[in-house]
Amino acid sequence: MAIASETPKETFRLGMLVYDTRYRSLTIQVVVMLLAMAGAWWLYDNLMANLRVLDKEPSFSFLWNRAGYDINQTLIPYTNDDTHFRAMLVGLVNTILVAVLGCIAATVIGIIVGVLRLSKNWLVARLMTVYVEGFRNVPVLLWILVIFAVFTEITPQPRDFRVTDEMIAAGEEPVASKILFDSVAVTNRGTFVPKAVYERSLGEIQIGFLPISLNTVAILAVIVGSILGYRAIKKHATAVQEATGVRPKTLWKSLLVSFGPIILLLFALGFHLEIPTLGGFNFTGGILVSNALMALWLGLTLYTAAFIAEIVRAGILAISKGQTEASYALGIRPGRTMSLVILPQALRVIIPPLISQYLNLTKNSSLAIAVSYMDLRGTLGGITLNQTGRELECMLILMLIYLALSLLISSGMNVYNNAVKLKER
Amino acid sequence: MKKSVFLGTLAASALLAGYASSATLDDVKARGELICGVNTGLVGFAAPDANGNWQGFDVAICKAVAAAVLGDASKVKYVPTTGETRFTALASGEIDMLARNTTWTFSRDADLKFTFTGVNYYDGQGFMVKKDLGVSSAKELDGATVCIQTGTTTELNLADFFKVNNMSYQPVAIQTNAEGEQQYLAGACDAYTTDASGLAATRAVFADPENHVILPEIISKEPLGPLVRHGDDQWADINRWVLNALIAAEEFGVTSANVEELSKGTDNPEVNRILGSEGDLGAMIGLDKEWAKRAIAASGNYGEIFAATIGESTPIGLARGLNAQWTQGGLLYTPPFR
Amino acid sequence: MSDLHANAASYVRNEMLPPSDPPAMQTGAIKWLRENLFSGWLNTILTILGFAAIFFLLKEFTPWFLHGVWKANSLGECREIIAATWGEDAHGACWAVIRERWNQFMFGFYPRELYWRPILALLLLMVALAPILFSERSNKLWIAGGVVAALVLWLSVSYGQFLPVGILVVIAAVTALLGSRGAQWPSNLIWFSGLFPGLAFWLLWGGTVWLPVVAMLGFVVGWIAFRFASTVMGAIVGAGAGVVAAFLWWYFVAGPLVDALTQITGRTQPFWLRGVDSDEFGGFVLAFTIGIAGIAISLPMGIILALGRRSDMPLVKGLCVGFIEFIRGVPLITLLFVASLLLNYFLPPGTNFDIILRVIIMVTLFSAAYIAEVIRGGLAALPRGQYEAADALGLDYWKAQRLIIMPQALKISIPGIVSSFIGLFKDTTLVVFVALLDPLKGITDAVRASIEWKGVYWEPYIFVGAIFFIVCFSMSRYSMYLENKLKREHR
Repeated sequence: MAIASETPKETFRLGMLVYDTRYRSLTIQVVVMLLAMAGAWWLYDNLMANLRVLDKEPSFSFLWNRAGYDINQTLIPYTNDDTHFRAMLVGLVNTILVAVLGCIAATVIGIIVGVLRLSKNWLVARLMTVYVEGFRNVPVLLWILVIFAVFTEITPQPRDFRVTDEMIAAGEEPVASKILFDSVAVTNRGTFVPKAVYERSLGEIQIGFLPISLNTVAILAVIVGSILGYRAIKKHATAVQEATGVRPKTLWKSLLVSFGPIILLLFALGFHLEIPTLGGFNFTGGILVSNALMALWLGLTLYTAAFIAEIVRAGILAISKGQTEASYALGIRPGRTMSLVILPQALRVIIPPLISQYLNLTKNSSLAIAVSYMDLRGTLGGITLNQTGRELECMLILMLIYLALSLLISSGMNVYNNAVKLKER
Repeated sequence: MKKSVFLGTLAASALLAGYASSATLDDVKARGELICGVNTGLVGFAAPDANGNWQGFDVAICKAVAAAVLGDASKVKYVPTTGETRFTALASGEIDMLARNTTWTFSRDADLKFTFTGVNYYDGQGFMVKKDLGVSSAKELDGATVCIQTGTTTELNLADFFKVNNMSYQPVAIQTNAEGEQQYLAGACDAYTTDASGLAATRAVFADPENHVILPEIISKEPLGPLVRHGDDQWADINRWVLNALIAAEEFGVTSANVEELSKGTDNPEVNRILGSEGDLGAMIGLDKEWAKRAIAASGNYGEIFAATIGESTPIGLARGLNAQWTQGGLLYTPPFR
Repeated sequence: MSDLHANAASYVRNEMLPPSDPPAMQTGAIKWLRENLFSGWLNTILTILGFAAIFFLLKEFTPWFLHGVWKANSLGECREIIAATWGEDAHGACWAVIRERWNQFMFGFYPRELYWRPILALLLLMVALAPILFSERSNKLWIAGGVVAALVLWLSVSYGQFLPVGILVVIAAVTALLGSRGAQWPSNLIWFSGLFPGLAFWLLWGGTVWLPVVAMLGFVVGWIAFRFASTVMGAIVGAGAGVVAAFLWWYFVAGPLVDALTQITGRTQPFWLRGVDSDEFGGFVLAFTIGIAGIAISLPMGIILALGRRSDMPLVKGLCVGFIEFIRGVPLITLLFVASLLLNYFLPPGTNFDIILRVIIMVTLFSAAYIAEVIRGGLAALPRGQYEAADALGLDYWKAQRLIIMPQALKISIPGIVSSFIGLFKDTTLVVFVALLDPLKGITDAVRASIEWKGVYWEPYIFVGAIFFIVCFSMSRYSMYLENKLKREHR
């Protein structure tokens, strides 16, 4: 009797680690952890053994040595006397430049193409399908190479722009000439565009490694001020309209507020455009947008835009037909229906995949290697790596920077995504 | 689905290919094949022909070493390396020796831990421009766009040259010789700069070589030579003395044609020592008596190799210049074989 | 009455008039045009712009295509022929470069007399794919099988090799045997799908047949150990035992066994094929080798990673999340550089393995991380009830995954998985940056390096792009077909 009421005693047996679900997950985790640690240790041990054999020691001090090489696109000041670290920063800025330009352009083109693909216009819809399928199913490297080849092979050389005395005497035209009122020169080295210069400078301030011209700061401040002023006028007009029923005329006032201050400021700073002119081997003056940048940017943009177009299309199709019909029933025209009713709702579906397209574009910018654009991989992972022979350290920094960039983009876009997400309560 | 193969191969290669990197000579003998790192394609120095057979000046060095060590000049596997991958390939043991117009510099010798086994070509960095540009000196290149092949010392030399002469320029850093050619021919750069020998080799394959000039300025010293890893002195010695034997053979008039005959014995005791009919120098570097004879027989002595691959009778048309024997006013001077 | 009626109306229609045609603007082509092309000023502008673009492109490129030359030995010769036939100023494509360098584009520097091996591997791939891609038998499959068999025969005759026929006969015999025991066609070919990786490796790289055989035997050993241990001690210990046994086999038995077997059989044909080094691979053989191997390994890996990421064990989850996010955060190029520059640092000193295998590993890891995210999305989309139902049936974790969860999750994620595959295949072109001869840049650069073809840009790009387009486009169409076929919702 006593035996019957006795419950079996809980004793811990080794077998329970495997067969008892309470302990099993712990066991698996411990085993996995041990395996992972063993693997990591194996890699680390091999690394150390290899470095011993090669008699090398990991060290990042090479970053502070003189780089000694030149870079053809420097958005922050750089000479060959600067350090490898600064060369790396130059590359990083170049990477960010092409990524930002690419993301903006790809979004614009992607949305337009995505909307047009759903257009009732038979021809346009077919053309857009051809574009999307054509770009999505071919490696992006091909597009970059083809666009680069178009630029280098088909555009004229700088010397084709030259006008010699004999040619004037003979009444001949040069092989090529500048476009847009003789201000922009498209050559097979790059596009030379006019540069804004100021006769008077307000000075510079140094923020970190980046020198910022106070002129730019002043112009930005005035523009922001103008926009605020314009809004204030509008607001005032609305208030008057609501009070009296008559909207006051604000055209001249708003024009003056919008453009007056900036024109005055530019005049005061002695603003004018520096037109590129042919001198020696190249055009001088103006800004050179290299063909490498153009090819990389266009290639990445057109390729990514094809994917974004598909995302936009899927997002629009995900919005129920009733929304469109309701909008039409209210008498809203198709164009306004798209921009006021459909797209804002589709945005919520579109944003998450859009983030990953931005990430892909940023990572694909490392294809700069194909067109010799000096991005982060070109400086740090290219010339610096070769000159110093520090492949381990260089690749480590390179991967960490890309990782940081990716995490930054995805976290930034996630914040935005949360802001526009449907608030469910 | 390939997983199995990968794992199997990984396991097998860990077992089969695992070797200690201390005695390269033993590895090469055991493998029966010399693995030689060469350029990815520079006509005259190392380039595969239409059938995939490698030919050129650097390739001949590989062949000579293979002949000396393995007795068969064809037992070489050529691994094409880029400027970026060459040093890692050598350091990691992927290749046994690197014969890829590599400049002997202090930091490569000391910091990257390689041993240069000699100089097989005394070179210098030069510029090539189109003739109708009307430029006759590199000092007139102020403001020019210059294409440079990365992964070499050239970008540093270029920066220094323009700095010293107080000139400005636009660098275009390109990856391979093929890309450099494309950019240069399209006129996307005014000048193309690399080692003068490389320029000559590049120009040789142009459709219109006569419309391109190599400027007289040589802006750097580029002693090119084969190299091996630090820490294996025996292997370094073999490489060094094979190269020396080729140079000495030219000095003493030993050619691939008469090496067989001369190896039976001559009046010159040094030739006898080289060819193994007197003494046993080969044993000191772990080889047999006839190592140098085979090395010379493989593609001839230094002069023959030069003439056949990059000399004046070839499309590349390089003069001997600095690369003549010391007796002819050049820099080639081997230590004595004794 | 009738009289009166007759007077009141002078005319009464007794029959209906035939319906008249709608106005010309509302019918036929004009209506279609009005509705589809000119339905508003914006649409009209777009249509005109569209036609202008098409016209411009046709005007520029049609003559170039039409003036194409197929038979010439150099670019100069091409241009001469074009100038002679079409006049001095004419431009034309020089397709002769594709014709003359066809072998290089397809095979790289693979030895010419061994071309039958990659071709055979490709044909056998189709056989191996049949039981995976098609579940029901149909007449089309019989025809396809016949075509493949005929191609193998042709290959074998034209290269004077009997090995292909031997392999084919073995496949047919085993399949027929299984068929006679009641296994359905084509699923009775599934054993071949398992063997194919080893066979393909042997055909492509050559060497002794025992290396892949012994490597594949490792799986058999692992399986036997698993079956044996799991009956005694349960599935989870059994799985561990299987893995350990397989690794012990590969680590200790495989090497000596391969050596011994190779010694016995020597270098005679059915056991030995001439070795081909990885640096002889190039062109589409390289792209397909990397692409197919990557696709095949990355799917199972991606599934495991996705399950790991959704696991409720924090350590396992943390490891998977860390791995996936790291791989997805860096460009493929940096991973390829790691493969070519750094991987040797992480292996025991002095070991070395093939660059193509290294690249395959990196491409696979890259693709697996993306596939894991796609499958995670599919798993998240499944209603909770499915998991609970599986639990209620008393299925254990793996059975629930295999029978209930995965079939549904994979079905949902098909479009994503296939686009990852397409991405992987396109990314095989990046291997050119680690000095492998990919078809897009590696081979075209090599072609352009020769004196005859210096300056030929567009034709190789168009040709290679067209092949990539065909492969990727058909993959995406297949995924759409599969999606439709597997749709089970009410329509």
